[in-house]
Amino acid sequence: MTTTTLAVLVPLLPFLGALAGLLLGRTAPGFVRPLAVLPTLTSLALAATVAWRQGGDQAVDAATELTPTGSVPIELALHIDGFAALTAVLVTVVAGCVQIYSTGYLRDDPRYPSYAALVSLFTSAMLLVVYSGDLMVLLVGWEVMGICSYFLVGHYWETPEARAASLKAFLVTKLGDVPFLIGLFALATEAGSFRITRILGAVANGGIEHPTLIALLLLAGVAGKSAQFPLHTWLPDAMAGPTPVSALIHAATMVAAGVYFIARLLPLFEASQAAMVVLAVMAAVTMAGSALAALAQDDIKRVLAYSTIGQLGYMTGALAVADRGAAVFHLLSHGAFKALLFLAAGVIIHAAGTNSLAAMTRMGHLRDRVPDAYWTMTVALLALAAIPPFSGFFSKEAVLGVAEHVVTGHTEHAPAAAGWIVLLAGLVMALLTAAYAMRLWLLAFRGYGTEAPDHGRQPLTMTMVLWVLAVPSLALGGFAFRVLPDWFDGHDLTPTLTTSVLGTGVALVGGIITYATWRHTTAHAAARVPLGAVAAHPEGDAGLVEAEAIATHEPAYGDIAYAPDPSDPGRLLLGPLHRHAAAGFHLDAVYTTLFVRPVRAGASLVRFLDREVVETYVRGAGTLPRWLGAAVRRAQTGNLQTYVSALLAGTVVLAVAVVLVATGA
Amino acid sequence: MHLAYPAVLSALLFCTGLYGVLARRNAILVLMSVELMLNAVNLNLVAFDVWLSRTAEETLHSGQALTLFTIAIAAAEIGIGLAIVLAVYRNRGTSDIDKLRDTAEGHEPDGPDSDATGREAPAPRAAGEKAEATA
Repeated sequence: MTTTTLAVLVPLLPFLGALAGLLLGRTAPGFVRPLAVLPTLTSLALAATVAWRQGGDQAVDAATELTPTGSVPIELALHIDGFAALTAVLVTVVAGCVQIYSTGYLRDDPRYPSYAALVSLFTSAMLLVVYSGDLMVLLVGWEVMGICSYFLVGHYWETPEARAASLKAFLVTKLGDVPFLIGLFALATEAGSFRITRILGAVANGGIEHPTLIALLLLAGVAGKSAQFPLHTWLPDAMAGPTPVSALIHAATMVAAGVYFIARLLPLFEASQAAMVVLAVMAAVTMAGSALAALAQDDIKRVLAYSTIGQLGYMTGALAVADRGAAVFHLLSHGAFKALLFLAAGVIIHAAGTNSLAAMTRMGHLRDRVPDAYWTMTVALLALAAIPPFSGFFSKEAVLGVAEHVVTGHTEHAPAAAGWIVLLAGLVMALLTAAYAMRLWLLAFRGYGTEAPDHGRQPLTMTMVLWVLAVPSLALGGFAFRVLPDWFDGHDLTPTLTTSVLGTGVALVGGIITYATWRHTTAHAAARVPLGAVAAHPEGDAGLVEAEAIATHEPAYGDIAYAPDPSDPGRLLLGPLHRHAAAGFHLDAVYTTLFVRPVRAGASLVRFLDREVVETYVRGAGTLPRWLGAAVRRAQTGNLQTYVSALLAGTVVLAVAVVLVATGA
Repeated sequence: MHLAYPAVLSALLFCTGLYGVLARRNAILVLMSVELMLNAVNLNLVAFDVWLSRTAEETLHSGQALTLFTIAIAAAEIGIGLAIVLAVYRNRGTSDIDKLRDTAEGHEPDGPDSDATGREAPAPRAAGEKAEATA
C-alpha cells in the first residue's frame, strides 16, 4: 500500500471502531473491548509505518476535491511532514495505552461501550487534525474533539460536578472557537485556499494583508483548546471526568492540538510581531499562574491539570520565539510523561480510595500497595521537573535554549521582547514545577499514619501500560534531540550549557526547598491533625472509586480544590498566596462577575420585556374582538321562534328593498 | 277561475302557518303550521302552473310535477319531525319549544334539561333536585 493509503487508514480505523462500538454496544457486549483496543493499535502500527516511510523527508501531500464550492475550495487533503508523522505516533501510542487501561479502569461500568466508542472517535478526530492538509477538514476534527471531550468529561453525569464541568469545558472552548472560525475564513479569503501548503506559500509571498488580525483571531481558538490564559479555566474542572480521559484528552493530545495548529501555521504568526508578543505574554502568564496554582491544589488530578496548563505554556512559549521544533519536541515528551502521570494517578486514587493529597499523606505504605505506580510516577515526575537525563529535561532545555538564542539576537524570526518574556517565565516555571512535582511525590508516597487500605493487586491492564509509557518518559528525550532536527525544521535541539545549568539548578533548588519545608511542616503538624475522606466502595472498579472520591471532596473539605491541611508544604511556601492559588486566583469568580452575571441580568431583562411589555400588547389586541364576540353571543338565546322571527324580518326587509329597487323609487 | 282566488287563499294559508310557527309553543303544532306553509306553496305552484300553461303552446306541467315531489318530501319530513318530537317528549317530558334551549349561549349541558324535567316530570336524578333547589 502507498503511504497515502496507509495515512488515510490511520484516522479511519478508529472512526469505524467507534461506529461499530456504538452500534454493537448493547447487542454484542463481547465485541466492545476488542473493537475499542484493536483499531487503535492497528492505527498505531500504521502511523508508525507512515512515520517510517516519511522519515522526515519531503512532506507527503495528497488532495482530492469532493465537489466545487463556487468560491474557496474545500479539499480532502493530507499533509504529512515530520511534525504530523511523529505527533500521530504519539497520539496513537497514548490512545492505545488509554484504551487498554480503560478496560481495567472501567471494567464494571455500565456505560463502558459508549465510553470506549467516544474515546475511539476522539482518537480518530485528533488524527484527522494531525494529518489534515486542509483547514476546513482540520476544523471538523477540531470540533469533533470538542464534543467528545464534552461527553467524556460528563461521563459521571450523575454528579453535579461532572455536569457543570462538561458544560464549562464546552462553552469555554466554544468561546475560543468562534473567533477561530472567523480567523479561518479571513485567512482563506486572503490566501484564496484552505490548503495549508498554499496558505504558507501566500504568507511567503506576502499575500496576507492582515496577518496580525488573523493571527490574533486564530490565537483565541488555540487558547481555548490548549487551555492557555485567559481561557484555561475549563481544564482543572474537566478533571471530573474519568482518569484515562484526563490522560488522553486533557493532558496528552487534545490540549496539544492548539500548539500543533500554531506549529503548522507558524510562518503566518511570524509575519506579525504583535501576535508573537501576545503569544509570549500569554505563555508567560499561563506558566507562572498555573505553576503557583498547582502548588496549592489538594486534588492530585487538579495538580496535574494545572501542570498540564503550565507545560502547554512552555510549548506556546517556544512558538512565541518561533521554534516549532522545540515546541513539538516538548509536545511529544510531555504527551508521554503526562499521560503516564495521569494513568498512575488513577491507580493511586483507586488504591487510596481518595483523590485528596491531604488524605494520602496520612496513609502509611501507600507506595508499597502500588509499586508500579510508585516507580513509574517517580520517573514521570522527574521528567516533569526536567531533571537530566529524563525526557522532559531535553525538551524543556530546547525551549529555554531557543529563548536564549532569541534574547541574544541570533534570530530575526521573533522579537527579543518575546525571548526575554519566555526565558524568564520559563526559569520561574522550572523552579515552581520542581517544587510542585516534589510536593506531589512527597504527599502521595511519603505519608505516614494509618496503613493504606489493601485492595489487592491492581489489574494488569492498568499497571502494564504504565511501564510502556515509562520508557519514552525516561529515554525519549536523550535519543530524540539528535534525531528530531532531521524530522523538523533542522534547528538544533541540543541543550545549551547556560540554560541547562540554569534550568536544572533552579529545578534542584525548587525540589530541595520543598523537601525542607515538608520536613519542617510534617514534623509539626501531620501527626496531630486528623483528616481524611475515603471513598465508600473500595471494592468497586477504579472508575467508581474515583467518581465517589470527586463527589466527596467538597462535602469533606468545603471546596473542590482546597483542603485545610497545615502539613502541606505548599501552604508554607506560598504563604498568604495559598488560599488564592488554590482557587485558581479567583479567575472563575472574576468571570462570574464579568460575564455570567451581566448575561443573567440581560436574560431577566429580556424575560421582563417579553412577559410584561410584549404580552400586554398582544392581550390588548385580543380584547376588542373578545368584547364584540360577547355582545354577538347574546343573540344566541336558544329559542327557535326568535330565530325564525329574525329570519322573517330579514326576508321582509330584503323583499321591500328589492321591490323598491325594481320600481325605481 | 281567476288567478287571484288561489293566490289569496295560499297567502292566507301561508300567513296562518307563519303565525303558527312563530306563536305556538307546542312542537307538534309548530310542525303542523310548517305543513300549512308548505301546502300554501304547493297551491301556488299548481295555480301558477295552470295560469302559465294557458298561454303556452306546449308545456310539461313542471309546476304540478314539482308539487308531487314536495308532497312526498313533506310526508317524509313530517314523519321524521314527529319522531323527533316524540323522542324529545319521552326524554324530557315536554315538547314545549320554549323549554328546549340547548343551543343557547352559556348553556350548561345539564341545566335546562334538568330544569325541564324537574318541573313537569318526576326528577330522574339527584342532580335534577339540586338544580331545582337552586332555581
